[in-house]
Amino acid sequence: MQTVFAKPDSLATISTHYCPGCMHGIIHRLVAEILDELGVRERTVGIAPVGCAVLAYNYFNCDMIEAAHGRATAVATGVKRGRPDLCVFTYQGDGDLASIGMGETIHIANRGEKVTVIFVNNAIYGMTGGQMAPTTLPGQVATTCPLGREVETAGWPIRMAELLSSLRTPGYIARVAVHTPLHAARAKQALRKAFTYQVEGRCFSLIEFLSTCPTNWGMTPIEANRWLEQNMMPYYPLGEYKTPE
Amino acid sequence: MAKKLMKGCEAIAEAAIQAGCKLFFGYPITPQNEIPEYMAARLPQVGGTFVQAESELAASNMIYGAAAAGCRCMTSSSSPGISLMQEAISYMVGSELPAVIVNIMRPGPGLGGILPSQADYRQAVKGGGHGDYRVLVLCPASVQEAADLMADAFDLADTYRNPVMVLGDGLIGQMMEPVEFKQRPPAVLPPKDWAANGCKGRKPNIINSLYLVPEVCEQVNHRISARYKIWEEKERRCSGYNLDSKYDLLLVANGTVARVCQTAIDELKAEGHEVALFRPISLYPFPVPELRKAAARAKNVLVVELNMGQMRDDVDAFLQGKVPIHFYGRQGGMMAAPEEVIEAAKKILAGRSN
Repeated sequence: MQTVFAKPDSLATISTHYCPGCMHGIIHRLVAEILDELGVRERTVGIAPVGCAVLAYNYFNCDMIEAAHGRATAVATGVKRGRPDLCVFTYQGDGDLASIGMGETIHIANRGEKVTVIFVNNAIYGMTGGQMAPTTLPGQVATTCPLGREVETAGWPIRMAELLSSLRTPGYIARVAVHTPLHAARAKQALRKAFTYQVEGRCFSLIEFLSTCPTNWGMTPIEANRWLEQNMMPYYPLGEYKTPE
Repeated sequence: MAKKLMKGCEAIAEAAIQAGCKLFFGYPITPQNEIPEYMAARLPQVGGTFVQAESELAASNMIYGAAAAGCRCMTSSSSPGISLMQEAISYMVGSELPAVIVNIMRPGPGLGGILPSQADYRQAVKGGGHGDYRVLVLCPASVQEAADLMADAFDLADTYRNPVMVLGDGLIGQMMEPVEFKQRPPAVLPPKDWAANGCKGRKPNIINSLYLVPEVCEQVNHRISARYKIWEEKERRCSGYNLDSKYDLLLVANGTVARVCQTAIDELKAEGHEVALFRPISLYPFPVPELRKAAARAKNVLVVELNMGQMRDDVDAFLQGKVPIHFYGRQGGMMAAPEEVIEAAKKILAGRSN
């Protein structure tokens, strides 16, 4: 009998702590599938953030480092500069990467470190209970903007893929979604490119995943997918923003 | 190897390279810029890597990463920058990672100034960041000692899987003295089989300081704290001056201030006064038994520092009221001159000081 579907080697055997409908599981799996397909699991070091994915080190079956909030890309720089032969990725949410870690994010991209950043944008702080993120949409309700984000005082949500693409340093930067099988398949193609560019020593890569947070958005998973499509995708258009060619 | 005339910062950098440190991450701040500058020029010549980080937060988290991958690495900074590095230092202790941090101190609080100071004594020896932890703190009094302590610092960090801080007042970084880089046999160190550097042939390693189960987090605190007891037994270092003769007054000073005290003692002796010096080299673990022994032979103790009396508070606690303790300090980047120490000592010797 032929096996057509199995757990990737790069995923550990452990039950999930993520909420029902959360997309971290899908994104973890896609990353793990790419590590398997490129055959780099045994020379990969992943960096977990602070946020919902803080426990990512339990899910990936490769060496993992837990970083301080926002510093995953600084930690990744240390690993990669010390051991350029390793495949290094960070896995970060919007608060980690675009708020407290904004300085580290811009500078790792600008230095063009040969690492891959997995950026999960769900427009809210999940683990701390639904506070406003730098990517929370105008009018979107969060516990620290109970009347909805007011752009006059909180500013407009930050489009990280666009922002980083403005840097002169070469890189591969794309924004993807995983709320339908078709989108997940396209996301995987982008991920493969990102890791391939790293392994070939070509450039920095960052994949921004649009993701849902049914728990803190106060929606069912299906409602959340619809909300993502109707509200996030118009503000955060999908696509490749920068390629090294 | 022949002696070379070198600035303290450059000797520290060269000593680190000779100790096998091929990775430096740093951010500019006076008065320690000669360390990153030396590293930027020298490391590429020896197959190493220098990275100028975007901030001290980033630099210190880069050494967290490099140390996690099993690489010998260091950063350096000065007081305001070291405050920013406390986050990563706490995480390095929590994750049991070896690294060396050099602090060439300047005065505070706030931006303070850029001249010599010892105002970070308390921050260095009590932990400095959040959580219950310590770093091993070594304090040189000469450029030669700074170079020697760098090699020790890396070995101690690797031995105990804990960050080690080399704490120099600004003078140590900026003054020039002859220095010799002594060839030493490589230390026997535990293998870094815990490092996150690819899991080929083994189970994945996880570098982490998060323990959500309180019983486990408590155990981790106990395990980490156990090494401080070992340090207090095995890693105490101190020196002294005139301790073998009879003395009425014991000076206690660290770093370059101890050398000022030595000059003062020579002049006091010439005038017929009996004065000795006790100099801790390891500020944590503080050489408490040696201090107690030296203080037991004195009628008075005078602590001299470039701060408001941070080590004095410790000496006070260690001596438990057995000897009267006096203090003389300068702050803000001012140095204590030998004449000032002599004057303070004479007041005590004449019974005119409290």
